[in-house]
Amino acid sequence: MKLFNLIRIALKALQRNKLRAFLTMLGIIIGVAAVIAMVAIGQGSKQSIQDQLSSMGSNMITIRPSSNQTVGGGARLDASGLQSLTLDDVKAIQKQATYITAVSPAVQSRGQAINGALNWPTTIQGVSPDYLTIRDWPLKDGITFTQEHVNTADKVCLIGQTVVENIFGSEDPVGKIIRFNKIPFKVIGVLGEKGENAFGQDQDDIIIAPYTTVQKRILAIPYIQNIYASAVDENSSAQATTEVTDILRTSHKLKATDEDDFMVRTQAELINTFSSTSQLLTVLLAAIAGISLVVGGIGIMNIMYVSVTERTKEIGLRMSIGAQGTDILFQFLIEAILISITGGILGVILGITASRLVTLFLSWPTLVSQSSIMLSFMVCAITGVFFGYYPAQKASRLDPIEALRYE
Amino acid sequence: MSNKIVSIHDLKREFKMGVEIVRALKGVSFDVEPGEFVTIMGSSGSGKTTMLNILGCLDKPSEGSYLLDGVDVQKLSRNELAVLRNHKIGFVFQAYNLLARTSALENVELPLLYNSSISHKTRHERAVKALEAVKLGDRLDHLPNQLSGGQQQRVAIARALVNEPVMILADEATGNLDTRTSYEIMALFQELNQQGKTIVFVTHEPDIAAFSSRTVTLKDGKVVKDSTNTQVRSAREMLAQLPIAADY
Repeated sequence: MKLFNLIRIALKALQRNKLRAFLTMLGIIIGVAAVIAMVAIGQGSKQSIQDQLSSMGSNMITIRPSSNQTVGGGARLDASGLQSLTLDDVKAIQKQATYITAVSPAVQSRGQAINGALNWPTTIQGVSPDYLTIRDWPLKDGITFTQEHVNTADKVCLIGQTVVENIFGSEDPVGKIIRFNKIPFKVIGVLGEKGENAFGQDQDDIIIAPYTTVQKRILAIPYIQNIYASAVDENSSAQATTEVTDILRTSHKLKATDEDDFMVRTQAELINTFSSTSQLLTVLLAAIAGISLVVGGIGIMNIMYVSVTERTKEIGLRMSIGAQGTDILFQFLIEAILISITGGILGVILGITASRLVTLFLSWPTLVSQSSIMLSFMVCAITGVFFGYYPAQKASRLDPIEALRYE
Repeated sequence: MSNKIVSIHDLKREFKMGVEIVRALKGVSFDVEPGEFVTIMGSSGSGKTTMLNILGCLDKPSEGSYLLDGVDVQKLSRNELAVLRNHKIGFVFQAYNLLARTSALENVELPLLYNSSISHKTRHERAVKALEAVKLGDRLDHLPNQLSGGQQQRVAIARALVNEPVMILADEATGNLDTRTSYEIMALFQELNQQGKTIVFVTHEPDIAAFSSRTVTLKDGKVVKDSTNTQVRSAREMLAQLPIAADY
């Protein structure tokens, strides 16, 4: 009941000085809004990097031949020239791995895709039907190829959006025949749009065909260039990596002292690298914004000190009619907290609005996280108590006789 | 003895000013009975202000005893003094000391806000009643700057009445007012006194002292005169005798 009365008293006191209360609040409003907007920008860019990496298939594991191996006269070979990965490896992984849900061999070749008078330089990717699952890549139109097509090395293909635009325009590609390096392929499906990956490569500039077709009819090679696999979930990618490494070492008959003749890379590693960079950015931005919050807090302290001096006579009167030291202490403390918390609420609103505007006008991705709202709000309340306490204490310790006579 | 409102015995108050010791009160003794209207007179330096501070429980005596409504002030802590002021004393100041930009009603409610045993409803009712008692029942929502000096002082008196104190302590309460308004305020005090309120009025104007039933005169920290006023002047009659101001 008494606290309720003190809150009433503090509210009335603030009401009597609306403009000053608002100006004091402004420091906190700007501080909180800055923290929220800055963290939102930092988190937003982190999220967008993660999304882009995930667009390549977030559970994806890539296995490549390692170029550490030397062939012939000691010269190291480019990864594409290495022949250490075979279909037997794929089969071994398929059979033995428990953390892997799907696996696909892969062979690539660059070449010219031609449809009538239009042509476009692109890449053909030879894979198994599981590849689209691994990449989490839906079809926009048509159907995908099956194991049957793989077994017979059928000349069918799926084409990406960029290829569609360049050699078909507005024509419907499904069922049409295109030529890739003079070999005719029947287009049976169109891939959904993926956009650029995190490195700026156009993921839609691609033709996907059964790996046997690419191996036999285009490259004329018996080995495979990469293996793509999909871990059970994002968290098990580390176990999956270890497992795949063990399987391949056995399959390649490597001795304990031999180095791996392949590399296993996961998306999770990439995501971590990029995330830690943007995490640093977030912390940096938050620190700068935090400084402005402290400045806002000092503003509260300053005004509260001025207010105590200016209202000395009022304090004297309150004491003479029965306010105890603690009543005065709480009145001023509550005033400071009300200023900082109201400022905090307005700051949160302004911060969210600012984040939205940044996204709207600058098209920067932003993500307002609940934790940043909670954090800045708590910092606000603590600021109010911390910076409000000393002026309030000063007020509560005034001598009522001197305070009453203060002019 | 305990039915006395104020009981002061051999009260002394000393202040240390650097190395010098200033003795403001040098052994003062007097009592105030319930229903009395006492003025405490004295020129500046007589110890009048120190006496007022001690009577108002804002300050404690260095020596001697002061019992307010049977409570020994000497033994109380700072916080207990605040509670005592809240429950037993109603202050009226020379400069009114109303909170600016705060309605008359809210100003009067103020002492009750520091008394947690009083509900919101009671607080409002008592504040309205107190304002009606000073004939400002129609000015509840007026701000101090919308009221005349006399009206402001009447709000202050209402504020002093609202906690139903055992004693109203006025400090030069008419010092800022013109003659006519002073008489009006004194008439109000007399009226309250007739209703049974105990009033202690500190002033340096003999003119004002004539309205009270008893005058205690201080000089150099001692009571030099403590006389009952046999011919109490009626402020209301004085007011009636005043010529209707020509400049109105």
